[in-house]
Amino acid sequence: MYALVDGNNFYVSCERVFRPSLDGRPVVVLSNNDGCAIARSNEAKALGIKMGAPWFQIRHLEETEGLVALSANFTLYGDMSDRMMSVAAGLGPVQEIYSIDESFIGLQGVRGDLTQRSRAIRERIDRWVGIPCGVGIGQTKTLAKLANYIAKTAERKPGSYPKELSQVCNLTTLPAQDLDDVLAATLVEEVWGVGRKIAAQLHEGGIHTVLDLARMDPATIRRRWRVVLERTVRELQGMQCIDLDDAPAPKKEIACTRSFGQAITELPPLVEAVSEFASRAAEKLRKQGSLASQLLVFAHTSPFRPGPRFNKSVVVPLRRPTADTGKLVWAAAMGMRRMYEPGYKMAKAGVMLLDLVPGSVLQGELNLEEEDQRDRTKLMVALDALNGRYGKGTVHSASTGGTNKGKDWGMKQERRTPQYTTRWEDMPVARA
Amino acid sequence: MSSVLDSPLPVPFDEAVEALALPVCGVSVRAGFPSPADDFVVERLDIMQLLVKHPQATYFWRVRGDSMQDAGIEDGSIIVVDRAVRPKHGCIVVALIDGECTVKYLYQRAGRMKLRAANPTYPDIIPRESQTVQVWGVVRGCVKLFATS
Repeated sequence: MYALVDGNNFYVSCERVFRPSLDGRPVVVLSNNDGCAIARSNEAKALGIKMGAPWFQIRHLEETEGLVALSANFTLYGDMSDRMMSVAAGLGPVQEIYSIDESFIGLQGVRGDLTQRSRAIRERIDRWVGIPCGVGIGQTKTLAKLANYIAKTAERKPGSYPKELSQVCNLTTLPAQDLDDVLAATLVEEVWGVGRKIAAQLHEGGIHTVLDLARMDPATIRRRWRVVLERTVRELQGMQCIDLDDAPAPKKEIACTRSFGQAITELPPLVEAVSEFASRAAEKLRKQGSLASQLLVFAHTSPFRPGPRFNKSVVVPLRRPTADTGKLVWAAAMGMRRMYEPGYKMAKAGVMLLDLVPGSVLQGELNLEEEDQRDRTKLMVALDALNGRYGKGTVHSASTGGTNKGKDWGMKQERRTPQYTTRWEDMPVARA
Repeated sequence: MSSVLDSPLPVPFDEAVEALALPVCGVSVRAGFPSPADDFVVERLDIMQLLVKHPQATYFWRVRGDSMQDAGIEDGSIIVVDRAVRPKHGCIVVALIDGECTVKYLYQRAGRMKLRAANPTYPDIIPRESQTVQVWGVVRGCVKLFATS
């Protein structure tokens, strides 16, 4: 059984912790270079602002509706994510951080009333960290994700679902008829892993609601669609078939994390691990044709073993959005070097690619760059091979980027809030 | 507070800020002679242990203004604010009033609530009917740095 803990409108909620005057106002967070909306408050959603809406198209709402637009502050979001994740970890023995604002918690062996426990953790994250969350509980990850959607929608749109499913929705305790009602009230496109194209095909075939899909024969589904959708149907029926590694990619970022077989205390293997994660994430990134503008790297000790605790993350902004393995590996390695401290038994590390933009956007503008990048990627593949043969370090010295780091990293971020939690100069101010 | 919160959930604690290394006093060490204290190595005092009880819930704020100076919080001080602590009468809190964050004593008696300054020249803030006061967090400590050169 799994719970999915997910921060509501996460980037906006992070900003509101330090600027409570934004509560109740329409707020959007803009992507790199203030291009388009990547997070929206409920009030902004109510104004009809869509995810990814270009700023120039919604700018007029500043005047007419009091819309507040902020540049993305990934350093702040990384720190807030860390805090949220480490409180959420208290829900159960296993945590899989899926994206900057979502983590699955394995609930095997957790006794007592899981709904009540989830409400307590949700309340604790809200009060301690300041981030409102939704929690969904289900037999499988797909069901937990669906339950999370229901928990959030029930809160945001009263009347859409029974009120008691708001904020925390535990599908495993619903009576059969109630469960059917809830599934019948949800469209197939809300199911994890059902993309727009497949949703359209399903609708065409008369499969409109999640209940319709859950009642399909998996073999029929496999014949017409692929194994991926068959797995989704089986998951909706309560059979676990999705591991995190073959989980559908999250919308806004790509994560690659893993628990270590045995605790790691030294820097070189940690750098090696996150380099590998960054390479794998870069592959996924290229596969979906996107570029990443920021990279988050994190590492932590086991929360369940004795000894000193370490739980840190670093956000590395990239000079330009990129899908270049070399550049991403370099950023991950640099982030790890910066946060590493000796004396801790690291149990897990990971890399997350943030602030994704479509690859096509840049190709038009930067043709030469694009060719250069392709060459560099090949180079990196070759270096990886060398690295494997001649030992670690080769890749890093070659991909460090030498003297030009730190220079002209300046992005257009006219509306960025201070780095409240990570820079002394940027601390929030209280009047006395 | 619900009973679940009272039970010891496995909430991991995050040493978010580097430990300050101060040596433990009490044992003098002579050169050239093995210290008899070697077998009793203890961790150095870490001021973060005093200031931070709930790392995920702890935030630092800069104070501007002199309304809390009699409480030892001066203009420019850094306060350590813990959101995990339940605000009680007599605590110093960061409170939200009219969208602004202010540091004050929390007064909560006989169903009445006010924010009190620690400086006689400032009047109490008594929320009007239309105003809501929300406690953002409880001030656990205050850090002041002095000129050293």
